[in-house]
Amino acid sequence: MWDLISNSVYASILLSIAIAIIGSLIVINKTTAITGSIAHGSFGGIGLAMFLGSSIILTTSAFTIVLAIILAFITIKFPHRKDSLIGVIWAVGMSIGIIFLSLTPGYQSDALSYLFGNILLVENKDLIFMGIIDSLILISIIFLYNRFLAMSYDREFLTLRGINANMLYTYFLILTSLTIVMSVRAIGIILILALFTIPALIAERFTKKFFSMMIVSGILGLVFMVGGIIISFYYDISPTPTIVIIAGVALILSLLKK
Amino acid sequence: MTAVEVKNLYFKYEKEWILEDINFTLKDKEFMAIIGPNGGGKTTLLKILLGFLNPNKGEIKIYSKSPKESREIIGYVPQHTNFSLDLPITVFDIVLQGRLKKRKFFYNQKDKQKANEVLENLKIKNLKNKKIKDLSGGQRQKVLIARALVSEPKLLIMDEPTSAIDPSGQKEILDLIESFNVTRIVVSHDIKILLRNVDKIAYIHKKATIHEGPKLNIPKDKHFCEVELIDFLKDENCGI
Ligand SMILES: Nc1ncnc2c1ncn2[C@@H]1O[C@H](COP(=O)(O)OP(=O)(O)O)[C@@H](O)[C@H]1O
Ligand SMILES: [Mg+2]
Repeated sequence: MWDLISNSVYASILLSIAIAIIGSLIVINKTTAITGSIAHGSFGGIGLAMFLGSSIILTTSAFTIVLAIILAFITIKFPHRKDSLIGVIWAVGMSIGIIFLSLTPGYQSDALSYLFGNILLVENKDLIFMGIIDSLILISIIFLYNRFLAMSYDREFLTLRGINANMLYTYFLILTSLTIVMSVRAIGIILILALFTIPALIAERFTKKFFSMMIVSGILGLVFMVGGIIISFYYDISPTPTIVIIAGVALILSLLKK
Repeated sequence: MTAVEVKNLYFKYEKEWILEDINFTLKDKEFMAIIGPNGGGKTTLLKILLGFLNPNKGEIKIYSKSPKESREIIGYVPQHTNFSLDLPITVFDIVLQGRLKKRKFFYNQKDKQKANEVLENLKIKNLKNKKIKDLSGGQRQKVLIARALVSEPKLLIMDEPTSAIDPSGQKEILDLIESFNVTRIVVSHDIKILLRNVDKIAYIHKKATIHEGPKLNIPKDKHFCEVELIDFLKDENCGI
């Protein structure tokens, strides 16, 4: 059995680092909708890669970074209409993906596998990409921990301290988009949002410092993923929805407590 | 030494002038209170002083520099801060953030020492490790004041620091502000601030009417009270 699930366990460990840090930052910065928009919009990158026959990881990375920059611009320039505009990017990204797919016969089912992903099918090259992005995330949080924390509740204050808050925010969305690319193969576009926000939402309620929130969400993310992998392996069901349902049940239980 | 100099300032967001021909100067360590009706342009004026908004006309010098260049020496307490109450952040974390600056990513011993000192001065050292959620409105306000003071500013700008606080808390905050030995510009919706030891009072309603303190002397300043403040105070005795 270990041989069959070993890669998925390694993937869970690598993903839990991103869930800990980026997931917690998504929750405290209230960028859930933006993350959903980048995640769904990334389908455009996948479609483009299949149409061009280029590398999915690299093409989708470039595509989602562009989306992240557009979204940063929109939310900074049009704060009052950002929710609608975020929804537009969400739909346009997916539409681009579908159009490229319809121009690329024979790859439909391949592309659709990215909608829900499959952590049991993760390959070595996916693990390497995850490791690279994790390193980038870790270095970023070490240096930017205090800035990100301040950004979550008072960007004006950062500006006053001589720190470029818009640049910081854009960088955070770029990190988010790379996190999405590292997760699509394993988790899939549609359920990424749940896996990144649920552990952080639970952790936030039980921690006093942001650092502990990250640690707790990472551990929860890992437990949900490994639990989901084992159950889906034994019952031969799709892993991502299993993981999300476990996480969802845990969230409900945590909300019941006080 | 001149701390703040505003000359001929005009500002509009869209078509309509929000501020017209504002002029005042403030010396080092002086305390200016800004009052005026809601929507009169008080917050807008502060944002111009902080360099968040650019004036359409006029000149501003803060310790002889432009607002953007002088940010390092300004402490600011905003009118609203959208803390999500669940945010896992302690009082000490927030106060330390006042020590952040360009190219500075980590806190050193001096930063922590300074933060402790400010918490001590504001008598909230006991709250140091509390989560923001567990504080009262007045305590939260003091934390934001501490965050502004910890950078050792020469100019402290505060936007309605006593709103949403109970009366005894308001008095405490005003006592504190009065005691700070830095240049202060404090916007208040509460006219009791005029009874404080202020050096200047600005009544801002598009235009500014400046009254030179200390303290509003009602009989002598009858004109200021009756003509300039009348709409605002709705009381022939100046309401104080
Ligand atoms: N971002 C903005 N865009 C357009 N108008 C604004 C903006 N902010 C404030 N105003 C308008 O400018 C005027 C002054 O507002 P403000 O400076 O907040 O007043 P005060 O702080 O004295 O209550 C008000 O009429 C307000 O509606
Ligand atoms: Mg205001």
